[in-house]
Amino acid sequence: MTSRSAYPQWNEQEAQAYLEAVVREHDGPVLLCLQALQEVYGHVPPPAVALVATLCNVSRADVTGVLSFYADLRTEPPPAIPVRLCAAEACQAVGGRALAAAWQQTCRDDQQLAQDTGVDEPIFCLGNCALGPAALVDGQLVGRATVATLRARVTRTREATGGSDGGAK
Amino acid sequence: MTVWFVPKDAAAKSVGADEVAAALLARGDEVVRTGSRGLLWLEPLVESAEDRQGSRIGWANVTVDDIAAGLLDERHSAYLGDVAAMEFLTRQQRWIYERVGIIDPVDPADYERHGGLQGLRAALERSPAEVLDAVKESGLRGRGGAGFPAGIKWQTVADQAPEPLRGQSARSSRHKYICVNADEGDSGTFADRMLMEGDPFSLLEGMAIAAYAVGADRGMIYLRSEYPDAWETLGTAVRVAREQGWLGQSILGSDFGFDVEVRLGAGSYVCGEETAMLESLEGRRGMVRAKPPLPAIKGLFGVPTVINNVLTIASVPAIMARGADAYAALGSERSRGTQVFQLAGNIARGGIVEMAFGVSARELVEDFGGGTLSGRPLKAVQLGGPLGAYLPADHLDVPMAYEALAEVGAMLGHGGLVVFDDSVDMAEQARFAMAFCAEESCGKCTPCRIGAVRGVEVIDRLRGGDDAEAQTLLLRDLCDVMKQGSLCAMGGLTPNPVLSALDHFAEDFR
Repeated sequence: MTSRSAYPQWNEQEAQAYLEAVVREHDGPVLLCLQALQEVYGHVPPPAVALVATLCNVSRADVTGVLSFYADLRTEPPPAIPVRLCAAEACQAVGGRALAAAWQQTCRDDQQLAQDTGVDEPIFCLGNCALGPAALVDGQLVGRATVATLRARVTRTREATGGSDGGAK
Repeated sequence: MTVWFVPKDAAAKSVGADEVAAALLARGDEVVRTGSRGLLWLEPLVESAEDRQGSRIGWANVTVDDIAAGLLDERHSAYLGDVAAMEFLTRQQRWIYERVGIIDPVDPADYERHGGLQGLRAALERSPAEVLDAVKESGLRGRGGAGFPAGIKWQTVADQAPEPLRGQSARSSRHKYICVNADEGDSGTFADRMLMEGDPFSLLEGMAIAAYAVGADRGMIYLRSEYPDAWETLGTAVRVAREQGWLGQSILGSDFGFDVEVRLGAGSYVCGEETAMLESLEGRRGMVRAKPPLPAIKGLFGVPTVINNVLTIASVPAIMARGADAYAALGSERSRGTQVFQLAGNIARGGIVEMAFGVSARELVEDFGGGTLSGRPLKAVQLGGPLGAYLPADHLDVPMAYEALAEVGAMLGHGGLVVFDDSVDMAEQARFAMAFCAEESCGKCTPCRIGAVRGVEVIDRLRGGDDAEAQTLLLRDLCDVMKQGSLCAMGGLTPNPVLSALDHFAEDFR
């Protein structure tokens, strides 16, 4: 669920072993399979669709339908240190829109930051509505967020994970 | 030796509780990680006691520097004294939130010491029919938003025979499900999250009682993926509960068996709608199902299913332990018992207030909440999430109860109050409501899927001053179509914030 800065390469046999366990133990396993793959590989790579379809005994169209429906599921590797700002009402009430605009400007001015944190994909509510604006930095919840605290968090994460070259490989 | 209590709640962690706990541990002190008491503006709120059972004194907004400087004494400016004696807490009536912030959430001994399992024990001493009667007598209604009487829903499921899962043969094992909706997607709500992080056993206990009452053998919790801390805590709680014999083949040594699985959502708001949730739990796109059949008759995997919100289910142990009469004695008209209100947005003292129904929005926002955080005049309160109406400042005396709110065209939803100061542009908020619906619509019905997109366009034209009168008429007509013609509450209630903004704040649209 939380992102990590380094994910293993896609390996179909290994993936099949993960998925067989999911399918064996659960009813209605398609979404669970896609979530399990994303947990391991950081995203759901294209060859996964046929594999999940076969193991779950559904069509590839069904799997693609599920993959495209859910905002969490991604078909591309995540940025090294994803930053996501809450775009919902409670955070709007404490300057969430202004923070999002300021953060985007900061990323435009700092190419390295933009590359590390990715395009801001807004998220609707993190359940931190009394301490907004809320944000997620590499899966960690930040309350009363400002551009400065977000930057500091990104820097700390970058140092902890040893650079910014993970993720997209 | 002094024991420190530091919340492990996600909100407390978001403002530094982990760092504070680490600093205390580094001194060699004993630290117990609890949930949060719900005084969120004071987080990280650190408490200490002589021992784990002792009364606790607290400090607000503690930082690592405070600890390094040895500041945690009575002279510190953030010293709170006896936390349990604070007016914000003593004025509340805590039933569901009785233990949250006090106990170690996954310590079974702590749970029992503070009254846990009394409800389940009381239920198992009675017949399932008697438990159903007690839930009916308590007047408990669904806390997810719709307010349907829980006892009647449970009775419907109890009246069904167990069924084989969809796609399995008639000779297969037969089941009924208790399904908890923990897809708390409404902005301004966090009571489910804080309960699951602060007292997860009470949810599992409530599910077991529900299962016993209706004859279900399987439980499922659908948790939104935005709550990683709750996911971890629930996972631990389920494992511990099995070890303790609170879940599994023979619960508390009886011949009643029930077990629980937790599944994660994947970032879709509409999956909080109960039939979309069922589709999602079955692994498909979260597309709303037409009703009938009701989920109580054909629910998860096609078997009879109780679907309740976290707070509904978590109310049940306290009702069984403290008595349906005592619960029903609280509240007003057909709104019985307590509601967990969540004060959010631009508010000085945000957090959890559990009170009997009937308290006014003004008491919550002003007395408890202390008005806006910015100190500017309050302009509007959005009640009940993204699908709830905006109440203007002079409408806040309305009592928080299903009937009274319905009269003024508002709804309680999941009990969240989001406060806005006078810097808000209500036309922008109306536009956001439509844009959010367009983004999150499952796409099954046209009024929601297309209506929301057209809604954004009409509001843009209206704000642009392009024949305002005609556009206003068009917007109202569109809202009417969405309200009357949508398959579920997503499209059906999106007009609430839009029309309330238009009705009460027409000047913002010019």
